[in-house]
Amino acid sequence: MLNPLFWLQAISLAFSQIWANKSRAFLTALGIIVGVASTTSVIAALTGLKARVLTEFESVGASKFFVFPNRPENAPRNMYPWEKILLKTAEARAIHDECTLVKAVTPITEVGLTVQAGEKTIEGLTVSGIWPDWHQVENRFVQEGRPFTQIDVDSERQVCLINADGIKELNLPANPVGEAILLGGRRFMIVGIVETVQARFFGMNTSSAEIFIPFSVAEKMQERNFFMRIEGLFKSPETAMEGEDEVRFVLRRMRGIGPGEPQTFQVAAIDKFITQFKALAAGITAIAGGIVGISLLVGGIGIMNIMLVSVSERTREIGLRKAVGATPMAILLQFLLEAVTLCLVGGFLGIAFGRLAAYGLTKIPGAQLDQADIPFWAVLLSFAFSAATGIVFGMFPAIKASRLDPIEALRHE
Amino acid sequence: MADASDNRPLIQAVGLTKIYRVGVETIHALRGLDLTIERNEMVAIMGSSGSGKSTLMNMLGCLDRPTGGTYLLNGRDVSRMNAKELAQVRNEEIGFVFQSFELLPRQTALENVELPLIYASGGWRGRRQRALAALERVGLAKRVDHRPNQLSGGQRQRVAIARAILNKPSILLADEPTGNLDSATTTEILALFRQLHAEGQTVIIVTHEDEVAAHCQRVVRLRDGRVLSDLPTAKDIAGRHLPMIEAAAAAAATTAGKAGA
Repeated sequence: MLNPLFWLQAISLAFSQIWANKSRAFLTALGIIVGVASTTSVIAALTGLKARVLTEFESVGASKFFVFPNRPENAPRNMYPWEKILLKTAEARAIHDECTLVKAVTPITEVGLTVQAGEKTIEGLTVSGIWPDWHQVENRFVQEGRPFTQIDVDSERQVCLINADGIKELNLPANPVGEAILLGGRRFMIVGIVETVQARFFGMNTSSAEIFIPFSVAEKMQERNFFMRIEGLFKSPETAMEGEDEVRFVLRRMRGIGPGEPQTFQVAAIDKFITQFKALAAGITAIAGGIVGISLLVGGIGIMNIMLVSVSERTREIGLRKAVGATPMAILLQFLLEAVTLCLVGGFLGIAFGRLAAYGLTKIPGAQLDQADIPFWAVLLSFAFSAATGIVFGMFPAIKASRLDPIEALRHE
Repeated sequence: MADASDNRPLIQAVGLTKIYRVGVETIHALRGLDLTIERNEMVAIMGSSGSGKSTLMNMLGCLDRPTGGTYLLNGRDVSRMNAKELAQVRNEEIGFVFQSFELLPRQTALENVELPLIYASGGWRGRRQRALAALERVGLAKRVDHRPNQLSGGQRQRVAIARAILNKPSILLADEPTGNLDSATTTEILALFRQLHAEGQTVIIVTHEDEVAAHCQRVVRLRDGRVLSDLPTAKDIAGRHLPMIEAAAAAAATTAGKAGA
């Protein structure tokens, strides 16, 4: 019914209307510009955060699990005193011996010690006690020297591993294997240098001295009731669920927790954290979507207002177009197209500003959002929402224009 | 179909009435008006304000529908058509020329002339040539890229006439086409209408100026929503000086004469 020439002129007319009233069009579209810009930049930040967190999780490994002591919820403190629920070395041993789905497991305990190397002394440095499996669980091996062995643990050897930052902070020679340092007044020999991993959780402890000693030695240097966590690796991420159940079963049995009684520990696998984080990210995206909805509503009302002004300003033009044969539908489409074009231009500017904001985010030092970017679906969705706003809020003015009586319209001053 | 419409008059209005309601008041703008216009006539429609001439023009131009009566245009009853159908009829059959030109200010003369093609159902190919040909017919071939504000009043009206004749309409319907023009330009524009008429175009001019009406072949005078007189121009000009009662008598005589013939 409507020929290509109609569409051509309607679109070019829409742009020329916007161009002729540049500042008015800009102010009108501001609601949409701000809405789209803020939402796309939130989504960009979220995308950056997600990429960051997921790579960190993945560097840790999807088949990794943790065990922590955990007081049951709402349980009275005196029923579950802290010392009763702390993990024991025997429990780590049991997981190691009995859980068939666990590939590697290590208890980890941290003790603050005064470290002395020659002239240099550092107070309260965190020294971690570990099993040899730790290398596998953490995916960190030695660059120089040798890793820990079972013999180091079994015979409680006073040996230690150190990382590059530790060497630097203690002013040790570049290859300190074979050197002796004092940990809490005891003499330890450095047997290896462990790899430094860049990605630690949310960038904490990215560059600090790390010293590792056999767990059996650390146990002796700890207080009586000391805190330890257990970290381990399942044989494959696919059997992580069953692996968790197995660990839970072994620990419940060891602690004598009967059926229906609350658990005094917690087993958590990495994949669960990933799922949780993804759910959180989806929630924030939904909130961002809500914000864009509100701002598009506000922007849309502005669009409707300006389209009504445009219709009344151009009443004579509408009358003329009708006189030369424009059907009501043609007039309606023309004004609708104009509103949609205005909204799409607003959406385009919004995305441009959003991109600019996303670029700004990547440059914030320490925010770790260097992967912030507006995903393609967000761009498409922004355009779709902008167009929908144009259609919804342009409809009333367009209908008004299409229903004008040509005689009245031509007589309009 | 072709010969049937050829034998029929171009415009055949029978018993047209139009009633407006303004608040509680009822206005009878047309009270059973009959009018027949043949192909290639050049007719002036005259009348004082309130005589119904604007209403008649709106009816003839298919801008409005009568309350009663029938209006056959080219043998088609357009008095019961809906808004969409009327728009199509206007696009194909009617070329409007208005007192204040009604050009789109931001578009060139050529784009203004092309306007009806935007709403044409087909034949939009070759639009440029058609628009250029129309501009040439009104003597504006050298002004195609000018915008309305770069043209004189007479030139603007020529653009409007080019736009009106673009679709080769059945009727060129002009509403006070010289109302905004000086006398020299008025003569030029009327000469253009006569030229188009000589080329076969049916022209209807709604005016209140005798000088304009004198350029037509036939003058239809309206009063109170009815035809007061319908005379060839020579007789009308002569009759104009007689007292009104005689004019009415002359009109009656003409009608009787027509009926007799």
